[in-house]
Amino acid sequence: MATTHTRAAAKIMMSPAVILLLGWMIVPLAMTIYFSTLSYSLYNPGDTPFVGWGNYQYFVTGPSFWPAMINTLWMVGGVLLITIIGGVLLALLLDQPFFGQGIVRILVIAPFFVMPTVSALVWKNMFMNPVNGLFAYIAKVFGFAPVDFLSEIPLLSIIIIVAWQWLPFATLILLTALQSLDTEQMEAAEMDGAPAVSKFFSIILPHLSRAITVVVLIQTIFLLGIFAEIFVTTNGGPGNATTNLTYLVYLEAIVGQDIGSGSAGGIIAVVLANIVAIFLMRMIGKNLDI
Amino acid sequence: MARAISTRRKWIVTVIAWAIGLAIFFPVLWTILTSFKTEGEAIASPPSFLFFDWTLENYQTVQERSDYLRHFWNSVVLSLGSTLCGLIIAVPAAWSMAFVPGRFTKDILMWMLSTKMLPAVGVLMPIYLLCLNAGLLDTKVALIFVLMMINLPIIVWMLFTYFREIPGDILEAARMDGATMRSEIIHVLVPMAVPGIASTLLLNIILAWNEAFWTLNLTTVNAAPLTQFIASYSSPEGLFYAKLSAASTMAIAPILILGWFSQKQLVRGLTFGAVK
Repeated sequence: MATTHTRAAAKIMMSPAVILLLGWMIVPLAMTIYFSTLSYSLYNPGDTPFVGWGNYQYFVTGPSFWPAMINTLWMVGGVLLITIIGGVLLALLLDQPFFGQGIVRILVIAPFFVMPTVSALVWKNMFMNPVNGLFAYIAKVFGFAPVDFLSEIPLLSIIIIVAWQWLPFATLILLTALQSLDTEQMEAAEMDGAPAVSKFFSIILPHLSRAITVVVLIQTIFLLGIFAEIFVTTNGGPGNATTNLTYLVYLEAIVGQDIGSGSAGGIIAVVLANIVAIFLMRMIGKNLDI
Repeated sequence: MARAISTRRKWIVTVIAWAIGLAIFFPVLWTILTSFKTEGEAIASPPSFLFFDWTLENYQTVQERSDYLRHFWNSVVLSLGSTLCGLIIAVPAAWSMAFVPGRFTKDILMWMLSTKMLPAVGVLMPIYLLCLNAGLLDTKVALIFVLMMINLPIIVWMLFTYFREIPGDILEAARMDGATMRSEIIHVLVPMAVPGIASTLLLNIILAWNEAFWTLNLTTVNAAPLTQFIASYSSPEGLFYAKLSAASTMAIAPILILGWFSQKQLVRGLTFGAVK
């Protein structure tokens, strides 16, 4: 049906998007790679000698690199664990018939739409503050000493805040997947008198496995880049306790004005994200039939 | 079959679900409630839940002291601007990929998706320097462009999946009936594409509104949207809970409402159609 004429027209219609994205990908990335080989400080912008792998070496052997890598893994892993388990349980719950289903769904989804700077500040001040926070009040009511969340358990506190924001996403995706479950199979299992637990493990969980994988991969991409929550709560501290890779690059490049070492860190982040992205792309590509 | 049991079960599920739903929503609810309290009541112990003197004073103070409206306007311009520019570029692209798929269409789509996987921090330095040298740091133009580029793959993908659902048969039928190219587009294609385009618009406004990495790094005063406005409360000023709450409520209210209308698009847009 498509003539040569329409094919040519289609190419022209596609070109702005393709060219822009190509430029967006290649130009800055090439520049980052280039900068990462220079000794380039904004405090001393005229003089940018070539240093090869020097910045990478400097970045990787810096005192904050390994703590930041480990924190990054904890943040990604911790949030994933909470949101996947919580998301599956919530999706199972919301899939049941009950009164006010629509409203509860709206309540559960809300955190996803709260901008990260707001949720971080609200949690930090109104809930986790050791003097005036709601958690401190609750602790006092039950006779416990209030916990100073962001200085005593800073990493866990950030994980809690971020998990709260991403729980709705996981729930929503898993609920959507759950609703596409073949009801006949469930009914057959019911007839056979299969207990709920075995129904869950032999029918529901396998059905959800694909959705879970998608949630894991997509969230990982976003969670590797956690920034605003750290920026407004702990500034990466105390010490290195909540500095992740993204925040470390920000500290090097924007705060420290060291473009060279910041770029090296940026490239390391790109490599890390790409490892996850390859799996994600395969999954989505398989699903796409043209 | 087993009516009585299922009604009782329904009530139990109702209670559990509402309890959990309210618990998850509680931080938002508490912020909204606190925004109507006086500072004294905001930190009162025991905390007052509903029975306090409701006041609008905080909203007024926030506007006067930190110019909420200017930041709000910046947020509107940035999110609407980047989304609309993105749509102008993405609609023709998605259209041609959906209706005239070629040998490389799938590859192009996958490649576009791959640009979304590029961590922001990997391109922060060049973008920052380019903006700095071009005098575009803290301008809306720069930020609209950046936000458009980071959301463009999502826009193209969402539109593509919507357009694919428009059956080609209808177009051919219209042509058989003697519809001209122009009337085919206006009367047949556009009405079917509008819901998809509207959904895409909605989700992308939300994503751009809440985007914090680029707005925090590329703006300071002039182009600063609400993300930056709220970040300024991370100073000791954030300890004025009632004012922080009022500012927060004003920053999230528009998008919370939009978000509730676009739950389905969220699934579709953010998973690139991998979960249905």
